[in-house]
Amino acid sequence: MKIVVCIKQVPDTNEVRLDPKTGTLIRDGVPSIINPDDKAGLEAALRLKDQYGAHVTVITMGPPQAKVALQEAYAMGADRVILLTDRVFAGADTLATSTTIAAALKKIDFDLVITGRQAIDGDTAQVGPQIAEHLALPQISYVSAFEHHGDHAVVKRSFEDGFQKIKVAYPCLITALAELNEARYMSIKGLIDAHRTLEIETWGFAEIDAPVEKMGLKGSPTKVKKSFTKGAKSAGKVMEGTPKELAIAIVDKLQEKFII
Amino acid sequence: MTFEMTNEDLMMRELFKKFTKNEVEPIAAEIDDLERFPAETVKKMANLGMMGIPFPRNYGGAGGTYWQYINLVEELAVACGTTSVVLSAHTSLCAAPIYEFGTEEQKQKFLVPLAKGEKIGAFGLTEPNAGTDASGQQTTAVRDGDHYILNGSKIFITNAGYADIYIVIAMTDRSAGLKGISAFIVEAGTPGFSIGKKEAKMGIRGSSTCELIFEDCRVPAENMLGSEGKGFKVAMMTLDGGRIGIAAQALGIAQGAYNETVKYVKERKQFGRPIAAFQNTQFEIANMKTKIEAARFLVYSAAYKKDKKMNYSQDAAMAKLYASEVAMEVTTKAVQLHGGYGYTREYPVERMMRDAKITEIYEGTSEVQRMVISAAELK
Repeated sequence: MKIVVCIKQVPDTNEVRLDPKTGTLIRDGVPSIINPDDKAGLEAALRLKDQYGAHVTVITMGPPQAKVALQEAYAMGADRVILLTDRVFAGADTLATSTTIAAALKKIDFDLVITGRQAIDGDTAQVGPQIAEHLALPQISYVSAFEHHGDHAVVKRSFEDGFQKIKVAYPCLITALAELNEARYMSIKGLIDAHRTLEIETWGFAEIDAPVEKMGLKGSPTKVKKSFTKGAKSAGKVMEGTPKELAIAIVDKLQEKFII
Repeated sequence: MTFEMTNEDLMMRELFKKFTKNEVEPIAAEIDDLERFPAETVKKMANLGMMGIPFPRNYGGAGGTYWQYINLVEELAVACGTTSVVLSAHTSLCAAPIYEFGTEEQKQKFLVPLAKGEKIGAFGLTEPNAGTDASGQQTTAVRDGDHYILNGSKIFITNAGYADIYIVIAMTDRSAGLKGISAFIVEAGTPGFSIGKKEAKMGIRGSSTCELIFEDCRVPAENMLGSEGKGFKVAMMTLDGGRIGIAAQALGIAQGAYNETVKYVKERKQFGRPIAAFQNTQFEIANMKTKIEAARFLVYSAAYKKDKKMNYSQDAAMAKLYASEVAMEVTTKAVQLHGGYGYTREYPVERMMRDAKITEIYEGTSEVQRMVISAAELK
C-alpha cells in the first residue's frame, strides 16, 4: 500500500497575537507547525505503515523553510518527503495550489491520498477536495475514523449533527479531521536523521507537468476585494429585574439611542 | 565560549518541552504524593529513544550529543525532579561508564538494552560509612575461579528495585587502598543480590532510593568493568559526567519554579494590584532570572566540553555547585513569593523546593564540589 500525505506548514495560531494598534497578525516569533488536521492525516498513514507496512510519502508546497515541516514528518516516521517550491508557485489560491499539488501527485504512485480537512491559517477546506477533482479520485471529506480492509477502506465522515459510514475502494482521497487520532511524537533517532542524513527532494516548476498560467498568482482566480479588522464592540450590559421592569428598561434604552 | 543550538538541537528541545508538558507534568504531583515510580513515563521515553540519546547507534543509542541528553534532563526537571533523576542515573551513572570502560562484549550485552531503554540502570557506590569519603568502601569482592564473590551493602541507590543492571563498586584488595577498588556490572536477580530498605525522602519522592545487599553474591569475572583496581577511577569519572546531569536537573527545577512564580505574581492581587507591580517582586524576579541564566551557561559549557572531548571535570563541579545552590535559592524565593499558597500542595513550588535540596547533596555534596574545584586551582 502506498500513501501520499499532503501537509501544510502554518503559524501556530494558539501563539499568534494581534497588534493592538494595526489589528494585524504579529507573525514574528510565532512558531510554525504542521497543520493539526494534516498531522492527524499523517498519523493515520503512519498507523497503516505500522500495521500493514504501508509506504508513506509526505508532500508540501511552500517556501524553502517549509522543509522543517517535512523534517518533522520524517522524524515521526514518513519514508519519503517532497518539497514543492518555486517562485512560480507563489501567491497561489486554493485552485492554483491544488493544481500544482495534483500535478506533482501524477508523478507519484499511490493507493491513497490523505490531506487535512482545512488549514488553521486559511480555513477554506478546499484544497483536498480540489486535488481529488483534478485527479478524478473518489473523495471523502471530514474523516474521523478509518479502517483498512485489503482493497478498500471503511471510513466515518463526521458532521456537526451526525455521521456517515462509507465504504470506498482505492485509490481515493480522504480529508482528515484533527480528532481522527492523536499524533505521535517524533523519535529521537528520526529527528537526528532528519537533520543529518535526510535529503529532502525538492521539486520546482520544471519537475511537474502543469501549465504555468494555472499556477501561482496567475492561476489564482480568487481576488480579495477588501479586508478589514472587525471593530471592538463595547461590553454588553446585563440587567436584572422582573420581565415588566426589564421590558420598560429596554424600551427606554432603545428610545434613548433613537432606535425606536 | 559561545553556544549555538543547531536546528536539530532546537527541534529536539521543542520535542522535550512538549513531551514534558503532555506526559510528565500531569502526573508530577501524584507520583510525589504517592511515592510512585513513573514506570509508564520511562516506557514512553524508551519508545522515543530518550533512554540512550548520547550513545552511538551500534550500541542501541540515538547517536545524539551529551548536550541534547542534558537538555532532556533539564526539561523533564522543569516539571518533575523525579523523572529527571530516573533518566540521569540511568544514563550518566550506568550506561555511560559501560560505554566508557566496558569491553565490546559488555557493551553488546548491557549497553545495548540500556540505551534502547529495554532495561533500566543504576549505580552503587555510597555505603553507610563511605559517603563523601568514597575510599572507605566496605563491600568486598573476592576472586573465586571465574567469579567474584561480593559481600556488603550499598545505600541511597537511585532506581534500585526498578533497575535491571547495576554498576557496583567494591574492594578487591584492601591493602592497596584506592587502587584496591574495582567496579562490577551486576544484574538484578543474581543469587545473593537483594534490594533492602526503601528510603522515605523529603523530595524526588517518586524515584526509588533503596539499599543494595550482597550476600555471597557470585558475579562472573567477565562482568568486571575496567580492570581490577581501576574501580575508583571508574567511579570518579562516572560522577564527573553524572554531575552535569544533576546540574541540569537543578537548572530545570529552578526554571520550573521560576515559570510558576512569573505566572503567579501576575495573577495574585494584593492592595488592589498584581504583586508583580511591587518593586520587591520585580527585583526578586530579576535576581532569579539572572542566576538561572548564569547556571545555564555553566551547565551547557560543561556539557559542550564533554561533547568536544575536552577536560570538563572542574566545569562539571562548578555547574553542579552553582546550579544546585541556585535551585535551592530560587525555589525558596518562589515559595516566599507564593506566600501561604506556596506552602501548600495546591501549588507545585513546595514540591520543587523539596526536590531542589537533594541536588546540593547527591553525586557529591556542594562541599565535595568545592574540593574538586579548588583542587584543580591549587595543585
